[in-house]
Amino acid sequence: MDIFFEWFRHLYDTTGINLPFIYDAYDRNRMIDGFWMTIKLSITCLFFSTIIGMVGAWLQGSPLKWTRRIVNGYIQVFRNTPPLVQMYFFYFAIGSLLPKVATDYGGEAPLLGSFAWAAISLSFFAGAFNVEIFRSGVEAVPKSTIEAAEALGFSRLQIYRDITLPLALRVSLPALNNNLVNLVKTTTLAYAIAVPEMLYEANQIWSDNVNVTEMMIFLLLAYFFLVGILVWGMNRWEQSMKIPGYGE
Amino acid sequence: MNNRPYKTDMPVLLTVKPMSGDKFNFKLKLWHVFPVLLFVLFYSTFGFADAGPAKSSVFETLVRWMPLLLKGFLFNLLISVLAMGVGTAVGATLGLGQISQSAWVRKFAWFVTQFFRNSPWLVLLFFAMFLLPFEVEIVGVKIPLPDWLKATIGLSLPVMANVSEIVRGAVKSLPSGQWEAAESLAYTRTQTLWLIILPQCVKRMLPPWMNLYSILTMATVLASIVGVSEVMTLTGQVLSSEGGRPELLAPFYSFVLLLFFAYCYPIARFTVHLEKRFAVIS
Repeated sequence: MDIFFEWFRHLYDTTGINLPFIYDAYDRNRMIDGFWMTIKLSITCLFFSTIIGMVGAWLQGSPLKWTRRIVNGYIQVFRNTPPLVQMYFFYFAIGSLLPKVATDYGGEAPLLGSFAWAAISLSFFAGAFNVEIFRSGVEAVPKSTIEAAEALGFSRLQIYRDITLPLALRVSLPALNNNLVNLVKTTTLAYAIAVPEMLYEANQIWSDNVNVTEMMIFLLLAYFFLVGILVWGMNRWEQSMKIPGYGE
Repeated sequence: MNNRPYKTDMPVLLTVKPMSGDKFNFKLKLWHVFPVLLFVLFYSTFGFADAGPAKSSVFETLVRWMPLLLKGFLFNLLISVLAMGVGTAVGATLGLGQISQSAWVRKFAWFVTQFFRNSPWLVLLFFAMFLLPFEVEIVGVKIPLPDWLKATIGLSLPVMANVSEIVRGAVKSLPSGQWEAAESLAYTRTQTLWLIILPQCVKRMLPPWMNLYSILTMATVLASIVGVSEVMTLTGQVLSSEGGRPELLAPFYSFVLLLFFAYCYPIARFTVHLEKRFAVIS
């Protein structure tokens, strides 16, 4: 492995293509940490935004007028304002209102750190789109199916959980796929509130080594790779969840 | 999933309706803006009314800085319009390249589109900021490239890729009978494209194009990260010049959110309206 790393140092010496995140152990660790941080942030946001989408779509079918109105208001506000400003709003405005907690070494730290706020704001942002996506799936479930379930004594929550959602999910998957890809790309915004994710670490490295071009190209390829994995996984999932005889 | 394979009274799933807001029984009307505005401006004023006579109230501070912030927001809009113009022009060419008859042009256009579509906007913005020179020399004339112009170019890259996909999608969505009919009437390929295909595509492209514009407008704040003095940068500067008073944070950020909401929400509603009007009834 060392020979492999050293080859890149050799590459730098001979051609000037500087990739310190491969041959330099310190930069390598930084980059790997950043990569894992991006994956951690993405998975957290994917999970919570999907939950928000499912719960929101359920609440939108609520018989209470104000529940529906609040959900719709949430969707409109989060869809029509910049995610970066939302993140600043959460991190600076709401974060400063929360109480501080004492740390082990006598200092004070905010209750929620930058990672938590990034995860919260991005989940709410992507969640607003997911509610819409799930809603269009829920609308595709025929009324007769719901009525049949009602006749069998299912409660409203049971109908949604056991009947509507499994069917709706299959219809929503292509659009959901699209939105989740966007979400992974949006995690770069966490850079603005100093979450040490991939863009942030790359920025550190190019500040130290003045190799902006190489780092940029590496970053673009890295995101290409991450998005590729996600799309591949979602397509596999879509295939395995297909309803036989429906569509195509 | 366009058509059901067989007719039945009890289908497993209904055909999917396109995503649109027509199920929203709650529509924002113009007067709704005022309570929101009042809330944003006043809710913090009450809490901090006894902050001391030396400091002006939150509301006064916000009003004092409002002209500057509005100017910053106008700058955002300028960037968005420019980036949309450049992105649309280049993207449309790229989109036509994707349906070109030459396999090489097609592959090249496809690759460029996918590359810029799958990269994060912020990374592309950094890309443009750092890799473009600060001035270009064309036939002896030095043209300076200020930061905001570089940011505009950086933002127009993803727009270009998305427009390219919109164009390709719209052309592909037309029934192939249109092409065949034109061919039987002895139209050349260029004529078919310009006289028959593209005019029909405009209607289909308009809603997603407007959607993209509203996404782009919201993305212009990214330029603050790379140091262009638009509304977000100005807000940060105003907040620090007011001495970093924590009670100012929420009203100022809410104000920026409100500005974007007031601009993007009507666009979103109009897009939904257009989608409904242009919907092809099958």
